[in-house]
Amino acid sequence: MATFSAWLCRKGADTLAWIDQRFPLTANWKAHMSEYYAPKNFNFWYYFGSLALLILVMQIITGIFLTMHYKPDAAQAFASVEYIMRDVPWGSIIRYMHSTGASLFFVVIYLHMFRGLLYGSYRKPRELLWVVGMLIYLCLMAEAFFGYLLPWGQMSYWGAQVIVNLFAAVPWIGPDLSVWIRGDYVVSDATLNRFFAFHVIAVPLVLLGLVAAHLLALHEVGSNNPDGIEIKKKKDPQTGIPLDGIAMHPYYVVKDLFGVIVFLMVFSAIVFFAPEMGGYFLEHNNFLPADPLKTPPHIAPVWYFTPFYSILRAVPPLFDSQFPGVIAMGAATLIFFALPWLDRGKVKSIRYRGGIYKTALALFVVSFLVLGYLGTAPTNVWGQFGGWLGHAERATVVARIFTVIYFAFFILMPWYTKIDKTKPEPERVTS
Amino acid sequence: MRKLLLALLFAPVAALAAGGEAPLDRANIDRHDAISIQRGAGIFVNYCLTCHSASYMRYNRLMDLGLSEQQIKDNLIHNKATKVGDMMHSPMNKKDAKAAFGVEPPDLSVMARAKGEDYLYTYMRTFYKDSTRSTGWNNLVFPNAGMPHVLVQFQGTQVLKTETVEHDGHKTEHRKLVLESPGAMSPLEYDRAVRDLVNYMAFMAEPAATKRAQVGVVVLLFLVLMLGATWALKQEYWKDVH
Repeated sequence: MATFSAWLCRKGADTLAWIDQRFPLTANWKAHMSEYYAPKNFNFWYYFGSLALLILVMQIITGIFLTMHYKPDAAQAFASVEYIMRDVPWGSIIRYMHSTGASLFFVVIYLHMFRGLLYGSYRKPRELLWVVGMLIYLCLMAEAFFGYLLPWGQMSYWGAQVIVNLFAAVPWIGPDLSVWIRGDYVVSDATLNRFFAFHVIAVPLVLLGLVAAHLLALHEVGSNNPDGIEIKKKKDPQTGIPLDGIAMHPYYVVKDLFGVIVFLMVFSAIVFFAPEMGGYFLEHNNFLPADPLKTPPHIAPVWYFTPFYSILRAVPPLFDSQFPGVIAMGAATLIFFALPWLDRGKVKSIRYRGGIYKTALALFVVSFLVLGYLGTAPTNVWGQFGGWLGHAERATVVARIFTVIYFAFFILMPWYTKIDKTKPEPERVTS
Repeated sequence: MRKLLLALLFAPVAALAAGGEAPLDRANIDRHDAISIQRGAGIFVNYCLTCHSASYMRYNRLMDLGLSEQQIKDNLIHNKATKVGDMMHSPMNKKDAKAAFGVEPPDLSVMARAKGEDYLYTYMRTFYKDSTRSTGWNNLVFPNAGMPHVLVQFQGTQVLKTETVEHDGHKTEHRKLVLESPGAMSPLEYDRAVRDLVNYMAFMAEPAATKRAQVGVVVLLFLVLMLGATWALKQEYWKDVH
């Protein structure tokens, strides 16, 4: 027995040596796993990166199986989804995994981005890491938007109609541009076909490339941590390993495994017990087949787009054109790219920032959530103010106030982060 | 700080729970009551399927409720040419339907998911006589619906009574349905029959729903075990991190 296992070990080592002479397997394993040193003080907020990767893989796998039965044809799409839900073995679970995965992808990504805001993860030397991450976020929004048309329900159809019409607001080229995007004068079979192509091939390819770039950039500069200090500054003189660093494998692999199980419990609870999430993950109106002749009384995008949808509606039209709102909505997403250069704080982490940044971040989170809620509701949801405010809709006024706060968080950042009274950073990471 | 952030995360859940439109009566269906669903299926194939289709639903899916193929053939399929594995198609041709009602009667396969059980329950109970409509019928939750009251022989004829009530100087209109001539069922029996029908429509909208929940329990139990295992693994490895 002993000789057999020794033989097996020797054979294994031989095989590995054979591979290593031809492909940098061991070198890559070391660089990215067993000898990639991450700060030892990661907390709750640091689970979401690996969870995002998990969801990406899950979406691709469930997506492949859905593609085997789905028909990207305006006459058959809705029925093919119901066929998956009823006649494909385990089809309903696969479909719910995909629809729940889409929403939870955004939950996880928003929390991942919020971690960056908490601990200044976008600051030097991680500017490009942040920029690539933002590109991933934009891709994800495109992926979600294209995918949402595919079930060909009323919300799919009219949501796409509204969003594509935004491009029609661009001066001069707008109308032609929107026809070019749709491939028709209204959202139709042509639109469904091209959105299918984008959803299953084009955007996922770009997404995978960007995720690889995100990880490469991360492993080049090393991870930030809740203290916002660089662990590479304090290394063991003998080994050259950061004193506060621990190897990705096995330490963070086993820790993230625990995070994965917690996530899967939440995920399964939704998939198996509440896949519609009260109409927020799967909208009720989307169980009616698309009807180009029947506009629903209230069109709302899925929850993860609603903060931006709120901003779009909040900005008043100019010369009867919705274009300013479209610009504001675009700016609301793109402004995140500038964060590394807007933040002038002496420290990175919220732990050592002063009251001003803490207040600003809290206000930003509140405005994001309030705008998100208002985007799901009709603008008359809270009624109107009295005559003293010209009978303005309450919800619209509130959305305008929070839109201003949303942008103020970014635009005033160079000023308020500079005058903020910070605390001294520690030499070494704290727990 | 952390508590505040968590509170903010969950705040919209509470805010979203509010809202709603016209008052709907609660259907209170029981998805595990197979007898009720079977009775509902009987009403559905006899009265709804005349005009509406359920073209994503196969007859033999009713075997999930414990019916045999023969029982389905004998009791629920009226057209001899229809096979037990066929979808539930209405015999009415689409053009005739449009001519008769002005609109094509919508497919009902997933209607319970689109409109909600309470809506269907209230809709089927609030038809009233209205001579201004071409069908002679109108509806409280779906005003000017194209559909006539197909269950009138059971419910009887209702009429709409509007009374103005004065309260603290404010005049409010109360709309009330009154049973003008009773049908074959008492109001209680009729409510129960509609509840059976809605129960069936909820089943038809997602036949795998009860099985899904059963699988979910097993999956979550497995994950609880894994939770303990991965936590122990993490603790073991992290012993030497100080």
